[in-house]
Amino acid sequence: MVRHYLDFEKPLVELENEIDRLKRFQKGRDHALEEQIRRLEERLDRLRKEIFSNLTGWQITQLARHIDRPKASFYIQELFDQFIELHGDRVYGDDPAIIGGLSLFSGRTLVVIAHQKGADVREMAYRNFGMPHPEGYRKALRLMKLAELFRKPVLTMIDTPGAFPGIGAEERGQAEAIARNLKTMAHLRIPILTLVIGEGGSGGALAIGMGDRILMLEYSIYSVISPEGCAAILWKDGEKGKAIAADSLKLTARDLYGLGVIDEVIEEPLGGAHRDPQGMALRVKEAIERHLKELERMDMDQLLKKRYEKFRSIGTFIEESMGMEADE
Amino acid sequence: MSWFKRREEEKDRPTSTERPKSFDHLWVKCNSCNEIIYRKVIERNLLVCPKCNYHFQLPARKRIECLVDPGTFIEYDAHLAPADPLSFKDSKRYPQRVKESQETTGQKEAILCGEARIEGEPVMLAVFEFNFMGGSMGSVVGEKITRLIERAIEKRVGVVIFCASGGARMQEGIFSLMQMAKTSAALARLQEARLPYISVLTDPTTGGVSASIGMLGNVIIAEPKAMIGFAGPRVIKDTIKAELPEGFQRAEYLLQHGMVDLIVERKDLRRTLALLLKMLKNES
Repeated sequence: MVRHYLDFEKPLVELENEIDRLKRFQKGRDHALEEQIRRLEERLDRLRKEIFSNLTGWQITQLARHIDRPKASFYIQELFDQFIELHGDRVYGDDPAIIGGLSLFSGRTLVVIAHQKGADVREMAYRNFGMPHPEGYRKALRLMKLAELFRKPVLTMIDTPGAFPGIGAEERGQAEAIARNLKTMAHLRIPILTLVIGEGGSGGALAIGMGDRILMLEYSIYSVISPEGCAAILWKDGEKGKAIAADSLKLTARDLYGLGVIDEVIEEPLGGAHRDPQGMALRVKEAIERHLKELERMDMDQLLKKRYEKFRSIGTFIEESMGMEADE
Repeated sequence: MSWFKRREEEKDRPTSTERPKSFDHLWVKCNSCNEIIYRKVIERNLLVCPKCNYHFQLPARKRIECLVDPGTFIEYDAHLAPADPLSFKDSKRYPQRVKESQETTGQKEAILCGEARIEGEPVMLAVFEFNFMGGSMGSVVGEKITRLIERAIEKRVGVVIFCASGGARMQEGIFSLMQMAKTSAALARLQEARLPYISVLTDPTTGGVSASIGMLGNVIIAEPKAMIGFAGPRVIKDTIKAELPEGFQRAEYLLQHGMVDLIVERKDLRRTLALLLKMLKNES
């Protein structure tokens, strides 16, 4: 398998190659090299831990967008006993950038709605890199209503650079499609669980993201604007400023947990989800199960009240008459 | 001598800060038809170009002044001011940018909210101030809109919001994104209370504001030629690497594509809004 490395992982490349070489050399010979391999592996492990315990916002952004990072289709395959994909918005078309359907998860039916970026170049083109058109959001809306009708919880998975900026998307009402989803989710009478698995790109992400609980994988991001976009506006140079912008925007899972905007950070395997996708899927499964159980126990009116309060309370401002900072 | 003196006095008058920069001169160039027009002519015409009917951005106070019944506007939450929750790194500090906008507009934030009457009809009214950091929606804007909607439910009156915004306020990061969710949730409650919400989209309404409160009106009105969309035209052009169609993302184009209910000229807005509020009123 071809491994893709990010620039800050370069120190690991040499060690991994060395270990691979020794392992190949050792095949069918005596065990003289075992000790050496073991020591190298320990060193690799230490080095990786060191690198991954000090990641910057930009490095985490790169991990969130990593080409090998497990995509929504992977989790759908791993987590559910059955999945039936449902297509189309019944108005204009079907948008491959959003996958939706019915699934069986630990004995219950879930309605699943997820951005799908694509696992290889061909699929990426087909999926428009996970950037939905209005018909994608309207398909999502249709499925949310279906979930409400048959009282099935909704699980959404977020992984998009953002809603697609194009002529057709504007003509068919990108803004309207997103806005309507927000309003609908606000009072959808069924539990909604949202999981950010990769990139949470602005309104295009939020449009399927108003969950009662919002969970993020450790190396996923969620932001009002991409670091490049932010840097392009502030410094007229997207390339130069993107690392500063990535830190400024506080877009990592841990930052957002610290700001009280999300509910849980799901830890990733060492080196990121793509280093051990199966291990990642197990952790995701555990978290979904736990949160669903809690949400399903709640009275629906209570749940909606809490959902309103959750989003109602987000924001930081100063009430000047009192001279106090009202946080959250 | 006295001429110069008058000019000096005029400069000190507080109203001059409420006008867009281009209006500080005697002559104004229209953004749409490039016609050079005497300023007073445009001002008498509610900041509408007499040649091509382009509707210039109207400062929020001025908008309220020429819309509501005299003396009926009671402002809400004027004391809310932005914080710097992310200690945002920028060439200019965020609080500094806020301060500059406060000085040029005379407003604490990018929106004015309050109750008023339009031709006798009670209404909860919000008006964006585009000259305040591009009318961007941060925590204060989101909070003020949400409080306004909650008051509307309490007092059982309809809501009218005049949008003029580039979208979310980047400097407040995720907090500004979540204002889309917050305001939309409040509008969901307004709908459950069966109270009307009319959004008026003015030039320009894009990004997170159009993709939340902007497009959620039970009735959506646009001013003539207003730029309305989700993505900005430059971003679209860079993405698809092609020319955009004539009139793309203008009010008339949106009307044609079924995205707004009607286009209303500024001089007719008062009457149209009053009539809509009356017709949509829930008598039960």
